[in-house]
Amino acid sequence: MSWIDIFRGNRKPPATAGAAKERLQIVLAHERISRTGEDFLPKLQKDLLEVIAKYVAIDAKAVNVSLDRGGDMSTLAIEVELPGPKVGEPPRRAAS
Amino acid sequence: MAEVIVVTSGKGGVGKTTTSAAFATGLAQNGKKTVVIDFDVGLRNLDLIMGVERRVVFDIVNVINGEARLNQALIRDKRVDTLSILPASQTRDKDALTKEGVKTIIDELAQDFDYILCDSPAGIEKGALLALYFADQAIIVTNPEVSSVRDSDRILGVLQSKSHRAEEKKDPVKEHLLVTRYDPSRVEKGEMLKLEDIREILAIPLLGVIPESESVLKASNTGNPVILDDASNAGGAYADAVARFLGQDRPHRFIDPEKKGFLSRLFGGRAA
Repeated sequence: MSWIDIFRGNRKPPATAGAAKERLQIVLAHERISRTGEDFLPKLQKDLLEVIAKYVAIDAKAVNVSLDRGGDMSTLAIEVELPGPKVGEPPRRAAS
Repeated sequence: MAEVIVVTSGKGGVGKTTTSAAFATGLAQNGKKTVVIDFDVGLRNLDLIMGVERRVVFDIVNVINGEARLNQALIRDKRVDTLSILPASQTRDKDALTKEGVKTIIDELAQDFDYILCDSPAGIEKGALLALYFADQAIIVTNPEVSSVRDSDRILGVLQSKSHRAEEKKDPVKEHLLVTRYDPSRVEKGEMLKLEDIREILAIPLLGVIPESESVLKASNTGNPVILDDASNAGGAYADAVARFLGQDRPHRFIDPEKKGFLSRLFGGRAA
């Protein structure tokens, strides 16, 4: 602390080192797991689309996969926009 | 049998070359025959930090291409007689390095030297991969800062999977953590990651802590490795780290804030 701090009113900035540690621990825990395997999200998205497309007609562009990496828990959200029924298309039948 | 040591970090600008120069000089001061190789082809800088930039004739790429013999390219240090420097090429790119070429050079150096230090370029591309490939030991240079710690973790993963020792399923590369640019007064204020936090996150043995110091810039200005500056905290910390590396027991210094006198409290002091 130097003399000029006295005139600044000696306000203490919030300590940020704790935030640095916490963010690092979370991101590295995830990166260490994924280091061995390949990036699975694109493959997961493709597989999910194929499964869903067996049952409903979907537009591949109307699919959104997002992942929120947390410390105790991560959330995988898959949002699929289903189009309304189209008139005039033959009904789909499950493969026998 | 010569030991190959890589000085690496992933991230740039954390002090790899400063560390390579200081560490190689320190090993040589301890009587070890030491050679330090600059792997940063295209962005050579070890020669400047070591103060031998005017004596570079041939470089590692000339040796790999058979354009010069190894002992023509080696520069003998004038301050410490057991120290030599093998400069990188400034005009070629990293593709000029080959695994076979580097192996031939390291095998030949291993006959004459005790320690072969490899100063890695930043990143995880070819130059960095070749610098660490033949390593027996690794010094991971880390700043107390999130991007540096993350990149150190990444490079540890590379060492454990893409080094020669990993590929041949031999004993793993021995890892050492060297924290540089550490500022205990900022740590005390909660502005900087604590040493203990970095150790906990990276979980590798601590070799040393080099304090943030004005003497590092002075050393690079003049081309004298900072370990030669007896008055410098950073130089002292490097000397301790080298001693620990050689098996001596040295307590860690410069990890707690200096007690400030009345005058420096009043005017704000900076570390020497």
